[in-house]
Amino acid sequence: MNNIFVYCEIEDREIADVSLELLTKGKTLANQLSCKLEAILLGSDINGLENQLYKYGVDVVHTGDDKRLSPYLTLPHTKIIMELFAKEKPQVGLFGATSVGRDLAPRIASAMKCGLTADCTSLEIGEHYDKKTDTKYENLLYQIRPAFGGNIVATIINPETRPQLATVREGVMKMEVYDEAYKGELKKINVDELFDDSDFVVKVIERHMESKKVNIKNAGIIVAGGYGVGSKENFKLLYNLAEVLGAEVGASRAAVDAGFSEHERQIGQTGITVRPKLYIACGISGQIQHRAGMTDSSMVISINTDDKAPINQIADYVITGDISETIPKMIKYYKKNSK
Amino acid sequence: MKALKIIVLAKQVPDTRNVGKDAMKADGTVNRAALAAIFNPEDLNALELALQLKDKVKGSTLTILTMGPGRAAEVIREGLYRGADNGILLTDRKFAGSDTLATSYALAQTIKKMKDFDVVFAGRQAIDGDTAQVGPQVADKLNIPQITYAEEIVDVNDKEIIIKRRLDRGVEVVSSSKPVLITVHSSAPDCRPRNAKLLMKYKHSKTVTEVQDMSEDYLDIYQTRPYLKIEEWSVNDIEVEDRALGLGGSPTKVKKIENVVFKAKESKKLTPLDEDIDDLMKELIENHTIG
Repeated sequence: MNNIFVYCEIEDREIADVSLELLTKGKTLANQLSCKLEAILLGSDINGLENQLYKYGVDVVHTGDDKRLSPYLTLPHTKIIMELFAKEKPQVGLFGATSVGRDLAPRIASAMKCGLTADCTSLEIGEHYDKKTDTKYENLLYQIRPAFGGNIVATIINPETRPQLATVREGVMKMEVYDEAYKGELKKINVDELFDDSDFVVKVIERHMESKKVNIKNAGIIVAGGYGVGSKENFKLLYNLAEVLGAEVGASRAAVDAGFSEHERQIGQTGITVRPKLYIACGISGQIQHRAGMTDSSMVISINTDDKAPINQIADYVITGDISETIPKMIKYYKKNSK
Repeated sequence: MKALKIIVLAKQVPDTRNVGKDAMKADGTVNRAALAAIFNPEDLNALELALQLKDKVKGSTLTILTMGPGRAAEVIREGLYRGADNGILLTDRKFAGSDTLATSYALAQTIKKMKDFDVVFAGRQAIDGDTAQVGPQVADKLNIPQITYAEEIVDVNDKEIIIKRRLDRGVEVVSSSKPVLITVHSSAPDCRPRNAKLLMKYKHSKTVTEVQDMSEDYLDIYQTRPYLKIEEWSVNDIEVEDRALGLGGSPTKVKKIENVVFKAKESKKLTPLDEDIDDLMKELIENHTIG
């Protein structure tokens, strides 16, 4: 009872990275709260997958195995989790901020009338004192996220309602094995007895999933462009530099919204979080949502015509100038000096 | 096929790209009055899909529902200019400070009051919060299925609606019975522009509150042209429990707001001159950052 639950997603017979990252964070929180970490694993033909989870410190894995659970559908997954939560009364529930998690978590929050915070960049345990009611709350989940166009960072709490629900984007939390020999318990849910026809009014007719074409998350060097790059055409300069340096190309949300780059390259709070050894920010102003996704870069070079761009404050090197002038020179002098 | 009743949930949002100093109130909620207000971008995509559905199924009607302060009536007018048939502004001080749960409750209770509906559209998320929660939460409260991240209406018939949806790593085509709630992704077509005739027809449409400031000449016209009236509903027009509304009905509380402070690094200032770039690349190669 009152444990931390993580909803785990399955991708190509593997547990999704974001779920393992949440388990890693969940274990830290569970240790602080002296409670157990439990995982939920729903899908079709998933026997044995639970063994990928225990080493992250998972005490209990709840599995539901049924043909109708894959591909993901909102209603059957919601129903199983609702049943489980009603019985187990978790204090915290964590979901990946993925197409699945962002579809599922709000449905559960609504049905349970509890609070949910989307796209958290940090989760901590803390206390709260409410002056109005003179009530002290302990061991609350601090759900921390940039808000309101990135101009502020908000700490959100749910003092009264349980579970405290949060979604977190892939790559935001670190993934770390807790103990290779850790052993948890498997609990199988008899999902068939929960379902009725009304859970299957939505049907998947066709599905085309692409393997990840872009591997920005693990790239050592990233050349990222913002709105200041100016056009899709100018983004080619970034690709040229990336090719020479063996880097991946990333983009800010503004650049993606403007159509300069694809969505899967978006770095930031509502995109991917990266930790490269070198981040070259081209024409990126550096709103906090963007910085939330790249602030752990070991080194940052900012190229911007505006010497007051916020990103310059976290940059190791600031080149004040135009990318169309700077990038070709970087390529030229890299080639010259690397020989 | 049978005509459809279509609802579009739209939100007027502060343009978060242009935020000034007065944007936040002391209690951590947004001071919307201090900001430019726009039609939430993905709600415009939702409006477009709704209009396409209306075009496909003859005789269908489209109602825009928005919750917000009085000036959110502008969202309804924008909808009318593009082909919506009517709109409801849900406005009440009691809604102030609502989080997504309290918002979805108020919207769902309003939709229930509107009685028959077949398809509810909403943008995937609003740019002031980016939570993407209100759509699914309204669907839950109406006890209907949801299709999130729609980008195209593939087909519709009396039995079902078929939607192509955009996922993180692919696309999916799904069918659903009706009624259903559909949230729309920015990859859906852009909303059509205002129609000149509709603009002429509806530019003087107003809510009862807006009408109060108008001249008698205007009132004469208003009386004779019922389409100029934009419905304005308060908590008294829907069945709600007060304690589930606004700040009090919101389980999420803002504990702390921090203004973003940069931990400024000692950065090296460079120019795009050959000498600077040459030195930089040498340095990066020497310390094994690149190469």
